[in-house]
Amino acid sequence: MARAIKADNLSKRFRIGMLQHETMLREVLVGMIKHPFSRIRPKKEFIWALRDVGFEVDTGEVMGIIGRNGAGKSTLLKVLSRITYPTTGSATVKGRVSSLLEVGTGFHEELTGRENVFLNGSILGMKKKEIVRKMDAIIDFAGVKKFVDTPMKRYSSGMKLRLGFAVAAHLEADVLLVDEVLAVGDADFQRKCLRAMDDLRTGGRTVLFVSHNMSAVENLCPRAIWIEGGRIVEDGEAKTVIHNYLSTFAQEAKSGYDLSQIESRSGNGAARFTAIEFLDDQGNPTGLIRSGEKMTVRLHFRVNETVKHPHFGFKIFSDTGALVTTISTWATRLEIPQLTPGEDYIDLHVDFLNLMPARYYVSLSLQSVGRLRYDILDHCAVFDVEAADVYGTGRGLDGRWGVMYMPGRWTYRQLPDPDRGEGEG
Amino acid sequence: MRFTWLREFWEYRELFLFLVWRDVKIRYKQTALGALWAIIQPFATMIIFTIFFGRMAKMPSDGIPYPVFSYSALLPWTYFSTSLGLSGNSLVANANLIRRVYFPRVAIPAASALGGLVDFSIAFVVLIGMLFYYKIPLSFGLLLWPVFMVPMVILTLGLGMILSSLNVKYRDVKYAIPFFIQSLLFITPIIYPTSVVPERFRFLLSLNPLTGMVEGFRGAMLPTRSIDFEMVWMSVGIIFVIFTAGAIYFRRTEREFADVI
Repeated sequence: MARAIKADNLSKRFRIGMLQHETMLREVLVGMIKHPFSRIRPKKEFIWALRDVGFEVDTGEVMGIIGRNGAGKSTLLKVLSRITYPTTGSATVKGRVSSLLEVGTGFHEELTGRENVFLNGSILGMKKKEIVRKMDAIIDFAGVKKFVDTPMKRYSSGMKLRLGFAVAAHLEADVLLVDEVLAVGDADFQRKCLRAMDDLRTGGRTVLFVSHNMSAVENLCPRAIWIEGGRIVEDGEAKTVIHNYLSTFAQEAKSGYDLSQIESRSGNGAARFTAIEFLDDQGNPTGLIRSGEKMTVRLHFRVNETVKHPHFGFKIFSDTGALVTTISTWATRLEIPQLTPGEDYIDLHVDFLNLMPARYYVSLSLQSVGRLRYDILDHCAVFDVEAADVYGTGRGLDGRWGVMYMPGRWTYRQLPDPDRGEGEG
Repeated sequence: MRFTWLREFWEYRELFLFLVWRDVKIRYKQTALGALWAIIQPFATMIIFTIFFGRMAKMPSDGIPYPVFSYSALLPWTYFSTSLGLSGNSLVANANLIRRVYFPRVAIPAASALGGLVDFSIAFVVLIGMLFYYKIPLSFGLLLWPVFMVPMVILTLGLGMILSSLNVKYRDVKYAIPFFIQSLLFITPIIYPTSVVPERFRFLLSLNPLTGMVEGFRGAMLPTRSIDFEMVWMSVGIIFVIFTAGAIYFRRTEREFADVI
């Protein structure tokens, strides 16, 4: 079979703080005047986002890329799509490449839906003729027929997203790089996207698919590579790779985890999580919580530089990697004006843990409202939920019944039915 | 190397045209006056210049009515200043495109440089009206205007490549761009004719490539005036040097855009 992608010893080095600190020409000029003969430069620190990554993908193959946040997955896609250049090594991709690093790239609020399809399609590499030909299909797929000639500023975020994916789904690229498009949108639309992805697979296209949704990766990709710290840990059958990847998550459920030594994390480090503790309703550490009970999660963190308006996020994932829920200080409106350097902690009180008995994984985030991300930790802790007699019937719950349980009750009252009455008599 | 660069740009020509179309369309949609803005900007400036420099300061204008004198120079100038301002900020303004999609990066400052031609063409129609009003016969030289716009676009793109790339790396460049453009206004014969400048400073003035171009535009407009082709060629030469420097600098820095923007 022909080879579609060949990555050879790819490495990519970034300067730390390159994005956070905005260099000023003024500073450089002043520096040159002050030290005209010496080339004193601020000490540069580097991190390797990719390290000696090598693999080959055949034409028509669909491959998943898994790994924690900050492992280098997105950088790999960016290198393959030529958005960024490798520091060493080379990548060759045969045929037309389209990358969907984010759907709806280049959408403009002032333009109408139709105009945006033209713009977005051409940004993603479609020819004008092709867009004209597919316009109706794209609009149909997105379900925005009534609004095609309305400026996009009147669209809901869901409509924008659907239109963005609709364009992407109609790309005729030989190689398609997909990053986490399925993480958003309602369930109905997600199904549609998965179906479109499935069509892509049968269409003979080569697809690289980055996702945190392990069930989606397992469903769509026969093969997967697992990246950790910029290196490939494993390359093989998706099922095996995913299994091995998930089994490296915090192994046993404990009442607390030290997070300070974890290396695979992203964010600029102005503040870092140092530990997480699970407390029961008495405030005692516990690694085991019963369905329906109260739980307090205590997040310890160290602030290195003053951080303004931070938001804490707490995510729960099922053991198949599906996102169960997210709760953040943004959504619950806990305004924290600033965090000053030092050690501190924040508590999340869960009033009512309506989860089925199973093992759950936790991801944490600490960021600002804008683009700044201070610390992002994926699957850094585990807690087990134990069955409890939540319905008060002595029958308990079973993890096979799903992810969450609903507090509720059944009622049934037989309709008075004349026929039945007669039959009995 | 340069050749592949051009060939790739050609492959992405449709995207480039879409970017030009987007820039123009959005600009007209965002202003209440829409395309009228293209006329108002140079026309209002011409009125102010006429009142203060033409009437009050009695600035000589080589025997041409001062409104025509200043407006004919303001057309290429407005194109240059507006387009360079947009072009210089274009990469930063399109940061999310650069971070997410691959295409020849030069398409972005180039789209800004080309988009300004629409405004220019609209404002040009008003110039014809003014020539009629002042009973100045139309000259065949006016056909040279589109030809003279070619070096103007190349100059704007050359400077745009340098400024937009610097702007990605150093975020204070954005504050320097308006100042740079405004300084150029005063060392270009827009308000005043070259003839009022003492002979010994003329050469210095002609190092500014806009000088030869602006005088060329004026000369081409009038049947009675000859074009100083020597000046025009000198400007074209300087423009070529600026463009080459800009292209080399852009080419050397564009690989890093996605990492630092």
